Amino acid sequence: MVRRTLAIAIKELLQLRRDPRTTLALFGMPIVMLLLYGYALSFDVQHIRFAVVDHDGTRAGREVADSFVRSGYFDLVFHGNDVRVLDPLFDAGRIQAALVIPATYGADLAARRATTLQFVLDGSDSQTATTILGYARQVVASVSPKVRTGTRDAAVAPVPLVWYNPDLSSARFLVPGLLAFILMVTSVIATALAVVREKERGTMESLRATPLVAFELLIGKTLPYLLLASGAAAGALVIARLLFDVHVRGSLFWLAAVTLLFLAVSLGWGILVSTVAETQQVAFQLGLLSSMLPTFILSGFIFPISSMPPALQVITHVVPARYFLVALREIILKGAGPEVWWNQAVGLLIYGVAVLGLATIRTVRSL
Amino acid sequence: MRTLLNILIKELLQLKRDPKILPILFMAPVIQLTLLGYAATTDIKRVELAVCDLDRTAASRQVVDRFTSSKYFRVTATVDSQEQFTPLLQSGKARVALTIPAGFEAERSAGRPARVQLVADGADAMSGTIGLAYAATVLQDASVAAGTLPLVNLRPTVLYNPDLVSRNYMVPGILGLIIMIMTMMLTAMAVVRESELGTMEQLLVTPLTPGQLIVGKLVPYALVGLVEVFTVLPVVLFWFKVPLRGSFLTLLLLTLPYMLCTLGLGLFISTLAQTQQQAMMLSAFVFILPQMLLSGFAFPIQNMPAFFRAVTYLVPLRYYLVILRGVFLKGVGLSVLWPQALALLVMGMAILGLARLRFRRRLG
Repeated sequence: MVRRTLAIAIKELLQLRRDPRTTLALFGMPIVMLLLYGYALSFDVQHIRFAVVDHDGTRAGREVADSFVRSGYFDLVFHGNDVRVLDPLFDAGRIQAALVIPATYGADLAARRATTLQFVLDGSDSQTATTILGYARQVVASVSPKVRTGTRDAAVAPVPLVWYNPDLSSARFLVPGLLAFILMVTSVIATALAVVREKERGTMESLRATPLVAFELLIGKTLPYLLLASGAAAGALVIARLLFDVHVRGSLFWLAAVTLLFLAVSLGWGILVSTVAETQQVAFQLGLLSSMLPTFILSGFIFPISSMPPALQVITHVVPARYFLVALREIILKGAGPEVWWNQAVGLLIYGVAVLGLATIRTVRSL
Repeated sequence: MRTLLNILIKELLQLKRDPKILPILFMAPVIQLTLLGYAATTDIKRVELAVCDLDRTAASRQVVDRFTSSKYFRVTATVDSQEQFTPLLQSGKARVALTIPAGFEAERSAGRPARVQLVADGADAMSGTIGLAYAATVLQDASVAAGTLPLVNLRPTVLYNPDLVSRNYMVPGILGLIIMIMTMMLTAMAVVRESELGTMEQLLVTPLTPGQLIVGKLVPYALVGLVEVFTVLPVVLFWFKVPLRGSFLTLLLLTLPYMLCTLGLGLFISTLAQTQQQAMMLSAFVFILPQMLLSGFAFPIQNMPAFFRAVTYLVPLRYYLVILRGVFLKGVGLSVLWPQALALLVMGMAILGLARLRFRRRLG
């Protein structure tokens, strides 16, 4: 039985070697994405295009404008004393935020009266806007003189501390998600295509004429992709460590165990897709729709699940990458042991048994 | 002209005959849009908070109340010691943990600034950062209420999207994404299908010039793109209630140069791929994903390092996103958006020219 399974696996590998473009697309893409995520993509807002309209012209006004620039987040692109120029600048997207200093600013401060700075910002990108507003509040709070209005208590100052990812680097946050993505896409799409290809070319009939049983065929077909996908995942971890300094804090053993569990689910998913699809085109589209998109959108990879509407949050429970992603982040970033993420593993296990069982039943029937 | 019309009709007939094409054309974009529209929200609502009050005085309870009653936080755990934070943060039951140290009230009534500690879960960088920002706001309000008033106040005015709804920003972008996926993939596959089936040879012996062949192949998919716009737009406007402040005609007009680019890219992919499968993989992985990531769709371009910022200038979707968001949210027209339109036009011509060159070489 082992020999027959191995024979199928070797045949599969040979076939994979003959189609370098597909292999390249499947394995080049994750590497490109890793580099992109590591180097290019981040939510940390910097270089905010910023304008100052100073109606005041006193030293106090200049000081507050200066402290915005000195904070390092704001790049001054316009400085003037006419508010009307702001509209076209905002419309053309040349500035994202503007500070308007009222004419009475210097005098108010000198008299120690409360005064108000106007801060105009482009809200189209709500996330960036929220961050910019946060920066602006910090800057103003740091320059503003304080008065005690009552005889009551002093201010409360937060001492912030970030665990697991002290510099809040997005590479560190995204790498576990990327691993899940790579594994899901390669295993589902590659497996589905490999099985359907046989159907399409009619070689499935010749395989049926051999003494292979369904089970051996399935294992033989998936084994090469299991190896390739694990190789790709290990490669991604090494690259992440070398280039982006992402270390695995938890145990490598548990990381491998959870990964294998997830792989079983996604390979089973690929086989399931192959039993539904008759042509490679349909298999690819089904694979893409059922694995890549949900993994990208609904697993919490980029968009936090807790922010989704409740109905959608329920749907995320049928996305296997969701469980894997939580466990991965906990193992890689937080160094947590099984006592923390066991429920995710159980979720994957149930999923795996269901998917593989269904896939075997369907394959046996179709053979 | 007649020959051109013939190939157009042939192409449309072929589209009609494919039974799977109609659901792909009409259902897939709407499903994608609805799913993405709901899921692709970056608003962090109600960050999970764990509280450890070591002071247990009226003042500390007041601070905790401020967090509990704020719309930004959901208190998921109250613990007695900081050690108990670890499992909560590890399992994601809490994203931010607040500690009020013993002696908090004493410090405050002595007039010294009292400190509270906030621990954020950086593994979920987005929730972590925003959680800290929310906490700072809550604490600032607490200070003001307690009688410490900063002299300078900030009055924010938010333009274009006053309620800061991320959907208003993301959903028009998805429209651009869908147009790209549909027109580019379908064009690439339609051309490759002819070579795969061997019918390309038959077309070559007809009196069609390569130029006519290309136009005949592209125009039906340009129509498909326009149909997409009309299918998806009602969902954008009436389901997601994204305001369309500019003119619909401007939007439609500026979609044309964008489609020139996506159709050209589709043709270009068809010259690289030998089979439909390769065409799909190439367009999905080599063209669509990087464009999606480098266009400013989800990740702001200004946050990228200089090299990648330079690369984004080669991404058509980048310009179209500015157009979409400009027309939808800012209500601007051609007078503001002409540089983007021009860039798309030039790029579209260049891509089409290049694709045509390669296409001809492959035919000859």
